[in-house]
Amino acid sequence: MLYVFKEGWSTFKSIFTGMGVTIRHFFSPSVTEKYPYEKIELPKGARAKLHVNIDDCIGCNLCARACPVNCIDIETVKATDDVDLGKTSTGNPKRFWLTRFDIDMAKCMYCDLCVHPCPTNCIYMVPEYEYSEVDRSNLVYHFSNLKPEMVAEVKEKAEQEAEQKKRERQEMMRKKAEAAKKKKEEQEKKQAEAKKSSNKNDNDKPSTPGKKDS
Amino acid sequence: MINFAANTTYTLPILVHAAVPLTIIVVYALVAIWGERKVAGFIQDRLGPMHVGRWHGWAQSIADLLKLLQKEDIVPKDASRFLFKFAPFMMFAASYAAFAVIPFSSGYIGSNINIGVFYLLAVTSLLTLSIIMAAWASNNKWSLLGGMRSAAQMVSYEVPTIATVLTVIVVAGSLNLMTITEMQAGNDILGFLPNWLIFQNPFLIVAFIIFFISILAEAHRVPFDLPESESELVAGYQTEYSGIRWAMFMLAEYADMLLLSLLGAVLFFGGWNSPFGDFMSGPFWEFFWFMLKGLLLVFVMMWIRWTLPRYRVDQLMHICWGILIPLSFINLVLVALWEVIF
Repeated sequence: MLYVFKEGWSTFKSIFTGMGVTIRHFFSPSVTEKYPYEKIELPKGARAKLHVNIDDCIGCNLCARACPVNCIDIETVKATDDVDLGKTSTGNPKRFWLTRFDIDMAKCMYCDLCVHPCPTNCIYMVPEYEYSEVDRSNLVYHFSNLKPEMVAEVKEKAEQEAEQKKRERQEMMRKKAEAAKKKKEEQEKKQAEAKKSSNKNDNDKPSTPGKKDS
Repeated sequence: MINFAANTTYTLPILVHAAVPLTIIVVYALVAIWGERKVAGFIQDRLGPMHVGRWHGWAQSIADLLKLLQKEDIVPKDASRFLFKFAPFMMFAASYAAFAVIPFSSGYIGSNINIGVFYLLAVTSLLTLSIIMAAWASNNKWSLLGGMRSAAQMVSYEVPTIATVLTVIVVAGSLNLMTITEMQAGNDILGFLPNWLIFQNPFLIVAFIIFFISILAEAHRVPFDLPESESELVAGYQTEYSGIRWAMFMLAEYADMLLLSLLGAVLFFGGWNSPFGDFMSGPFWEFFWFMLKGLLLVFVMMWIRWTLPRYRVDQLMHICWGILIPLSFINLVLVALWEVIF
């Protein structure tokens, strides 16, 4: 009988303790963020979405190589000698046309590894997280600002220049080879002459390899 | 007695008379469902509904009701069609009918009969019947289990409820709820306390605690919500219901909650009497005080709901038969002795 009363008393006490806790929370302010209306600022260094400042990109491909999931796709075309692409804001000269710079955010795993290798700090995470899409292919972001016709023109020019340079190089190589041939012939001639003259003194000065080794 | 067929002059007043509690129930149910979600939100440090109707989502339950009205009326193939369709309305009718004897203010009571309490307790027993009806007609194991539990629970907890109500009647000496309310008027106890029955007799405090626990169980509220325990039985006897029929169940349940809370307010807290004597009294203020008392008890029910976990079936039965019933009968005897001596 005593047990029943003890048990009953502890039950009542615990019920009222619990109700005290809940009523305290009832009057304490809520922690809800009214999300679509009020947005909290993301903390510094939040990895939400990749952004490329294409004006600063030098097309070095380091980010694409750093990416573990291959979500960065870069295609560059070497700028011809007659155009000057200028310099980046960090002072690096730009030598490539960026004909394609695509980032597939559907593949991206937000590891931040592409951000650090960039020599001009032009690829970085921006605190933007509302970019869901119905179609997955819409998650591929195109950062290159070249127009398609421009890309074609640039490519053609680059090809022409490459061809020309190749020809020039071949010419140069040919000339070099010829020069080398001539030189060789001359040398051989000289050597032959030297041999002739040294053959006479050959017996006077025998080589002593044994002494040199010790 | 009024003969409806012969005397049509009474028909309209009777309809108006009947519409008053109905309006109160419907408005209360809409507010209480919204309020319960708000209470749940606040207790869990959330906000609850915030969208519909701009100001704290006040129109949320109206929107829910409109949604439920538009839903398809689904009756399972193997269900007993008539009983399945009839059960929710019978359940609501049972809890609505009991409002007839509730004195909302000194100026309004549906039916001022001398067996008010008896009538109320008898009519609310129909709730059990309609729940079993719904459970059996659904032809679903969850429903049936829920219905069986509900029957066992309500039949058991009616005993301590009636025993405690009997305790009050011993003190009050009347079965008429209007008379019980009227005798609690005035502020005489210790000079300032109102003459409410809970202050008149120390044993009635114990009676009130037992009464409150039993009405929690009768209204299927947590921690005694076994008939519809959603984590075990999907939704208990409501599993197969949807749309407006489900809404009727919900309405009946909230109406039952209010009914039992109002009964508690009449029996222990002076019904429509103002706590300040003559100050702020009059038919309208009386209605205000009465609803305030009832809604406070409803709020405590919600508060308990978000505090306590659910009891097991055997614990439920043990609490009722092992503790509450003996205690309530001992209490009845003590109250009677107190009344004889003082």
